[in-house]
Amino acid sequence: MAKPSLAVDVAGIRMKNPVTTASGTFGFGSEYAPFVDLNRLGAIVVKGTTLNPRPGNPPPRIVETPAGILNSIGLQNPGVEHFIEAALPYLRQFDLPVIVNIAGDTVEEYAALAARLNGVPGVAALEVNISCPNVKKGGLAFGADPGSAAAVVQEVKSATRLPVVVKLSPNVTSIVQVAEAVVKAGADALSMINTLLGMVIDIRRRRPVLANVMGGLSGPAIRPVAVRAVWQVYRALKVPIVGMGGIVTAGDALEFIMAGATAVAVGTANFINPRATLDIIEGIERFLEEEGIKDIRELIGAAHR
Amino acid sequence: MATDITARIIKQEQVGLGQYRMNLYAPEIASRAVPGQFVYIRCSSSLDPLLRRPLSIHGVNRERGELLLLYQVIGRGTSLLAAKRQGDQLPVMGPLGRGFTLPEPERRVILVGGGIGVAPLVFLGNELVRRKNPVLMLVGARSIHHLPLGREGGNNVPFNVTVATDDGTCGYHGPVTDLLERALAGREVDMVYACGPGGMLRQTAMLLARYGLPGEFSLEERMGCGVGACLSCVCKTTGEGERPFRYRRVCVEGPVFRADQLVWDQEECING
Repeated sequence: MAKPSLAVDVAGIRMKNPVTTASGTFGFGSEYAPFVDLNRLGAIVVKGTTLNPRPGNPPPRIVETPAGILNSIGLQNPGVEHFIEAALPYLRQFDLPVIVNIAGDTVEEYAALAARLNGVPGVAALEVNISCPNVKKGGLAFGADPGSAAAVVQEVKSATRLPVVVKLSPNVTSIVQVAEAVVKAGADALSMINTLLGMVIDIRRRRPVLANVMGGLSGPAIRPVAVRAVWQVYRALKVPIVGMGGIVTAGDALEFIMAGATAVAVGTANFINPRATLDIIEGIERFLEEEGIKDIRELIGAAHR
Repeated sequence: MATDITARIIKQEQVGLGQYRMNLYAPEIASRAVPGQFVYIRCSSSLDPLLRRPLSIHGVNRERGELLLLYQVIGRGTSLLAAKRQGDQLPVMGPLGRGFTLPEPERRVILVGGGIGVAPLVFLGNELVRRKNPVLMLVGARSIHHLPLGREGGNNVPFNVTVATDDGTCGYHGPVTDLLERALAGREVDMVYACGPGGMLRQTAMLLARYGLPGEFSLEERMGCGVGACLSCVCKTTGEGERPFRYRRVCVEGPVFRADQLVWDQEECING
């Protein structure tokens, strides 16, 4: 029997398999090159990029929780110019769609970033981060409200010809409402979910562990929440979804695909197994062979049928 | 370049209160490791606890392909590690991070270790002795029961060891930095390497600044990926140009930093 086809297309981003990386967990790719042949990934989503360099939040920035981690990095990054000059040339040598995660304090900043990255060789798409829980301005301030989320997306869309993926937060009353608003504003695809807002207290010091008090929860602990979000949005809208949230194994990834995701992103799992992305790709292929399925696309939304 | 391998435990023994020494068969890592680097170990195959644990490399035996680790049980991950037995296998990434800069031959070196902080300094001291640098190690610990190199300390290492304990049950009664200050005042030293709790490092940095001596510190911080991607394990360091400071990643820009590079204005910077 011929090998099953793993290729998917997310709003014009052509991926040789449905597995990409979650922004902020895979750096700019080179960090994982000793462990992963980047040519084998479906795509890469790089660390959140802002117009100007950002120092990030004070440490401690991470704390372990049951089957998860809480982080508050605060978008530390060298700025978009440094990304274009220093990080992007490295990534261009691979056969790998590069999706740039962008974040800003204001609608104008998002638009300026989108304009700056438009037409830059090697950029396949933008992921608009309106869901970072760890910055004072921007981030979740936009993503928690359907109206302001739509305003950001509209400006980004008019500033670029690249496919625009909008990353949604689970920290909202109705993720479907936000999804509807950003799709109406022109979003070509959605990625979900970003981290869940949480906190941990050190009882000996009687203080929050994270210097920034609250942080974003990720890892296997949040997976059922993420699968539910993908299920709800797939049911309500016809838009490609990149599913993420606690994916560790191929089975986890397939849950998201059956809930309605066209592609999946691996985040926290990279920390415990630097080869997690490749193990998941191989596992998905094995599953398709075992089940006699010729094309991964047959499974997208399969749990709804 | 770092690798991720499955390493077999050759031997594990308790050496002090909650302190363990482990020999791992890891020739790919042992052959490349330099003093100051660390390994990132998965202590359990379950997803809880989730993250790996960074442990500094205590020594290598390249002929036997062995990696030597010395660690303190501080939480669930290290407890699980301490329960492992000879023959058990563990995922180990390494060698990771930037090690110590080695001084010119003949330069006189003092190693300052607080508690389990002696772990990377023994690897360094052995290398320095081979390079004909005069080496003295100062070890500070809470009590005689918390000396990871044992009561005699220096018997298993090729350099002199002087001990200080907080409660006076062994050696000098007081902080190890008192011993360092005496040595610095006597101009007995050209270079200082330190690893230990934040307070000890801060005091050591102050003394080095006062006596105008260079030093390097190995830091610890809560870590995510171990390879520089997630920006979790940063510490505050001096900036350049318009930036008053810069957060640097302990896992790849460290764990070893120059003493005069570190900014000490907040307790969160280093959690020892």
